[in-house]
Amino acid sequence: MEQKTYTISIYSENNVGLLSRVSAIFLKRHINIDSLNTSMSEIEDIFRFVIVAKLTEEQVNKIVKQIEKQIEVIKAFYHTDEETIFQESALYKVKSNSLFEQRQIQNVIKKSHANIVTVNPEFFVIEKTGFREETEQLYNELAPYGLLQFVRSGRISVTKSPMEITHILKEFSK
Amino acid sequence: MSTKPTLSDPKGPITGAEAIVRSLAAEGADLIYGYPGGAIMPVYDELYKFQDHINHILVRHEQGAAHAAQGFARVSGKVGVCIATSGPGATNLVTGIADAMIDSTPLVCITGQVPSHLLGSDAFQETDIIGISTPVTKWSYQITMVEEIPAIIAKAFYIARSGRPGPVLIDITKDAQFASADFSYQPCTRIRSYKPVPPTAETDLVQAAELINQAKNPMIVWGQGVILGQAEEEFRAFVEKSGVPAAWTILGVSAIETAHPLNVGMVGMHGNYGPNLLTNECDVLIATGMRFDDRVTGDLSTYAKQAKIIHFEIDPAEVNKNVEVDVAVMGDVKHTLAAIMPHIETKTYTEWLGRFKELDAIEFDKVIDAEINPTKSGLTMGEVIKTINANSKGDAVIVTDVGQHQMIACRYAEFVQSKSNITSGGLGTMGFALPAALGAKMGAPEREVVAVIGDGGFQMNIQELGTIFQTQAAVKIVILNNDFLGMVRQWQQLFFDKRYASTEMVNPDFVRIAEGYFIDAKRVTEREEMTAAVAEMMKSDKPYLLEVCVEKENNVFPMIPSGASVSDIRLE
Repeated sequence: MEQKTYTISIYSENNVGLLSRVSAIFLKRHINIDSLNTSMSEIEDIFRFVIVAKLTEEQVNKIVKQIEKQIEVIKAFYHTDEETIFQESALYKVKSNSLFEQRQIQNVIKKSHANIVTVNPEFFVIEKTGFREETEQLYNELAPYGLLQFVRSGRISVTKSPMEITHILKEFSK
Repeated sequence: MSTKPTLSDPKGPITGAEAIVRSLAAEGADLIYGYPGGAIMPVYDELYKFQDHINHILVRHEQGAAHAAQGFARVSGKVGVCIATSGPGATNLVTGIADAMIDSTPLVCITGQVPSHLLGSDAFQETDIIGISTPVTKWSYQITMVEEIPAIIAKAFYIARSGRPGPVLIDITKDAQFASADFSYQPCTRIRSYKPVPPTAETDLVQAAELINQAKNPMIVWGQGVILGQAEEEFRAFVEKSGVPAAWTILGVSAIETAHPLNVGMVGMHGNYGPNLLTNECDVLIATGMRFDDRVTGDLSTYAKQAKIIHFEIDPAEVNKNVEVDVAVMGDVKHTLAAIMPHIETKTYTEWLGRFKELDAIEFDKVIDAEINPTKSGLTMGEVIKTINANSKGDAVIVTDVGQHQMIACRYAEFVQSKSNITSGGLGTMGFALPAALGAKMGAPEREVVAVIGDGGFQMNIQELGTIFQTQAAVKIVILNNDFLGMVRQWQQLFFDKRYASTEMVNPDFVRIAEGYFIDAKRVTEREEMTAAVAEMMKSDKPYLLEVCVEKENNVFPMIPSGASVSDIRLE
């Protein structure tokens, strides 16, 4: 079966150790996680994981069931890229003198719609949020001028269809 | 202080250690297995004070504590409890925890931990037991604050026993054991993120019933779910009304008696000829409380492809995991089997049942007869089991280890009541049987408990003879000694050109070892003395070890070679 990029969204309690339980499910099956992000969700006290991995649909289906089986997981979903709106953020740290010595760098920044977060005499930091290809393109364009540091966040994603977590929570409370 | 503590609610704050012991008592855990050590000593001090309420059994190795708690849980249907110190005490539990996880056994394991201010400092006997045990526990939690103790232990018991049962590990730092807090115990009845039993859809029940009613050659394969769900009566009613021949997985056996006319034997690698072959001829396969383990299915691409498959299951993650099913009836089998009954037509399948009997006759001629009624010199494992049956009338709890003796015991042991077969199924843990038998005997003292163990597995937890001696639990131990790691040797013979790499064992004198522990013991090598010795062992009201020297190079048949189809089951 064909592998695809799937985004797995998990709504859970916020407990020490749950991340380890979730990642162990991938480890047990020898599956690599492409990106992982944890944050608060739209519901108070409920935590949200967004995990991206390349999987077959059969695999993702089984993995989501194993994730849902964890005591502290309320609900897990999986979606294809087409079914979600997703973004990643990247930070690029560049030497300040290259900003002044290499005029093209200013065009690169302008063209990419990136934001300059901070500038000081030694370095400046650019932030770019977008699809993987966009942050990668900016990386490739800035690399020749010397990147002091680069970091990219895990994917954050919301689904196009509604997530009825409040409803599910009510069901759980019955 | 001369007055002994009572279980009524304490006035004022108590220590965490006392709170742990009171919480265990509140859950009815009056029998626990463990081993003391530095980080758990405050709890042991309280166990000393509460010894009138909780019987703590000192094992000889923490793995023994975990398996004993499993044996107790499997025979009693209650939650087994074991307790150990931090570091090696905790890691020694892990094999038992993994065994309980894969065989769905409810356990609560309590481990001591270094004081919270030392966490992460590589303190003496510090180990990350939460991290180590995460993949093999249903749930785990580290308590660092005394106030958490009663609620977390209540949660642990609830999680261990509800839904699909499993092991829970609670790690408690030493400072939380020493600190004090007010105590009141509320059993846990609900966790908002945890739905132990999925809802049953009426449409699934109706659809399943339709398939069953229309079937020409249906077959049931039941597993431990029937026993864990305490659904034996519902299952019997379902089998008898539907008239469907029913086969069992190794963990399902004894849910209905061996002699039941619709009980057609065991499926799987060393299961019976009929149910394995007919898995690939039935038109409807009704899987009940089982999980399509690879030792049951063999090659999945040729497993029951012709059949419509119905799966009665409590764990949504098991549905379509290994075998794609046509109808999944979610829920607790006790409920779903009762709920489907009004939709089920009363039927008999005389001709189809006759197919099982024909194949049974073939298996009897080619395999069973020589195994249980041997005429050649040299004892067989099967005749020993047959002799145990004759003495127990099928009413003994049979506890087995892993390997040839396990397959032979499960194939030939007769059962008349549920929860009578205790074995390490999923994990295949050698060393399981001796401590599990101790736990089983203590969990059902009125029942005869016979541990059937190979010479290899016996030596993996041989130290528990000490616990058996100290407790005087009247466990009957039968070592089927072939001086080999028999099952591995069988595979070497069949698939590795008889290169017996590290499977021959030079064994000690097991009788003298038992005598060293003051346990009555006997060794037999001949048929005539074996029959008498088994009878003598069964009559004893004390622990007893019987070593039976069996044929060294006998094989277990039938056999589905690893990765082969159930249709390729070999009789020789």
